[in-house]
Amino acid sequence: MNWPSARRGDDPARAGLNLARYIQMKTHQRLHSGRLLLGVAVLGLFAWSCARNPPSVEPEAPAPPPGAAQVTPTDPLAPGVRPSSQPLPQPVPPPLPEEEFVSRPLEEINREAPLQPVFFGYDSSEINAVARAAIETNADVLSRNPTWVVAIEGHCDSRGTPEYNLALGERRAYAVRDHLVGLGVSPDRVQTISYGEEFPFVPGENEEAWAANRRAHFVVTGQ
Amino acid sequence: MTRLLHCLALVAAVATAGSLVFAQQSLPPDPPARARTGVDLIIGDRIGAQPRLAVPDCLALTGDPETADAASTIAQVLFDDLEFEREFRLLPRDTYRTIPRARSLTDLPLNAWQELGADGVVSCAVSREADDQLLVRASLFNVSSLESALGVEYAGSFRNVRLYAHELANEIHRQQRGLEGVARSHLAFVSDRDSESVLGLVPNRQTKEIYIADYDGANVRRVTVSRSLNVTPAWTPDSRAVGYTSYRYGHQDIVISHIYEGRLETPARGNERVHNWLPSFSPDGSQIAFNSNRDGNPELYVMNRDGTNLRRLTNHPAIDTSPTWSPLGHQIAFTSDRTGSPQIYVIGVDGAGLRRITFESYCDRPTWSPSPYNEIAYASLTGPGYDIKVVDLATNEVRQLTFGQGTNESPSYSANGRHLAFSSTRRSGNKQIYVIGRDGRGLRQVTYTGNNEMPTWSR
Repeated sequence: MNWPSARRGDDPARAGLNLARYIQMKTHQRLHSGRLLLGVAVLGLFAWSCARNPPSVEPEAPAPPPGAAQVTPTDPLAPGVRPSSQPLPQPVPPPLPEEEFVSRPLEEINREAPLQPVFFGYDSSEINAVARAAIETNADVLSRNPTWVVAIEGHCDSRGTPEYNLALGERRAYAVRDHLVGLGVSPDRVQTISYGEEFPFVPGENEEAWAANRRAHFVVTGQ
Repeated sequence: MTRLLHCLALVAAVATAGSLVFAQQSLPPDPPARARTGVDLIIGDRIGAQPRLAVPDCLALTGDPETADAASTIAQVLFDDLEFEREFRLLPRDTYRTIPRARSLTDLPLNAWQELGADGVVSCAVSREADDQLLVRASLFNVSSLESALGVEYAGSFRNVRLYAHELANEIHRQQRGLEGVARSHLAFVSDRDSESVLGLVPNRQTKEIYIADYDGANVRRVTVSRSLNVTPAWTPDSRAVGYTSYRYGHQDIVISHIYEGRLETPARGNERVHNWLPSFSPDGSQIAFNSNRDGNPELYVMNRDGTNLRRLTNHPAIDTSPTWSPLGHQIAFTSDRTGSPQIYVIGVDGAGLRRITFESYCDRPTWSPSPYNEIAYASLTGPGYDIKVVDLATNEVRQLTFGQGTNESPSYSANGRHLAFSSTRRSGNKQIYVIGRDGRGLRQVTYTGNNEMPTWSR
């Protein structure tokens, strides 16, 4: 049996989330114990009504606490029950409000530059002390955002040839990735790419521009 | 006016042209006026001196403006093509004003051309024929013998009239000088001229795409339309495809564009973890040398054209990059910074026989000449920027082709080995493509729009 009424709780508004999920969990238990069919139906309706009347949602609100996250919207719920007398109406499912705060656009995350660039010396892919500190900071950020996947882009100043810099950028990205993985970040979360000297961050042919462009640049590519 | 008639009885056309593209037929042969030898056909008799050629405007035998345009374009392009190889001394076209115009293909004032100092004159006539076909007839007259040394006839469309001039130039070089000219070759290069924003998470990044042009910079056509970065093009030896490094799939991989078929190949089969870049085709086209990170560090690999039979060529924790094949395909030159600075090395295709070639401060991006020369051109750091140098592999002598004007990088040889294309920031500060003789003479700028770099010269 797979009744629509039992799925209503899949998309609760955040304010109704905990209560609705509590009810669903109870429902689940009771179904398994095979008792109180009518009460379950009432509770299911209540859960549905909570979901139907979502309070306004702050798009920037933090993620639900870990306790709530244990019941995810994709949890297989109970097969559900048929309300004894009336069939439930078939409402148009509201847009998933959770999406609005759990998943911010990647463009927005990257605009805030949550991960620091790692800078290099001329024609070098050595990780110096400053670079090491930046990588450690980034490792912290990644541990606080455990779902993020990042691309480490290797970049070079314009003084090498563009062909050579493709390889140098690759080595820089690799060096940072290896260091990051050494700090406990899963290699599955880290991709590398080399852009050589093709995407300078600071235009111009001077020491400041060159120094700014010799970097490993982090981009959050998944969350 | 009488001198206009002098040549008439003496003209004979020797139609030897073998065009790849045009329908071609011999001129109606005039009976030879006297017995001749092959030597008679070669213009210029001063030993060691360049024969002096005049290339006046072609005659337009039909009155439409397209034919008139073709007449002047073909003459100018032919002039430029002949001047480019420097086998002839071209009399400047602005000195021709005093010479009466030819009345027909074979009725031209050879005495007047002789007075101007010409050893030979190219006479040509163009006309619009049935079905809007352009008919181009040309003769090369020996001014002293009053004979036609070469006669050709091409018919085709009006679409690209420069091609007729290029083919005629190749024909003249082949017959008169035994030289395979490069007038019909192409350059492929990287340009930001139509730059768009790269699709992706980081704003303000501009695309670079691959373009091709005639060797003289005309007829620019775009090859890639990927909204991404495309760099390091390399022609296949059959000149029908360009391999390059593309980011169109989100990572660097080698893409081969078959430009006349609209088909793509990705023989190195890269992915998020396996990056491949900088393809270089073996002289017979059967193999590709390239750069890859697949073993954790930029190393050189060789694979068959279809991606099979992958072999690792280098194994060193330093950077190994920029492979280029020897003329016979037995060796590969490349850049390595294994001694602390990038230098040029040569290694056998089997991975044996490594030797260092350059001993300067910083040398990179080698390109091996075609036969009969045996030399490697490269970019050498000579100041704030690079200059193009050439090392002769027989003598180890190094000669310098550019001298500190801007930065000069990415040299690429023409198929006959007599010229190199390279990128330079001279003049405008923008990167533009120039060509220069292998002796350092005859510099020409061939691109002007946007930034253009990493030229590769087709066979």
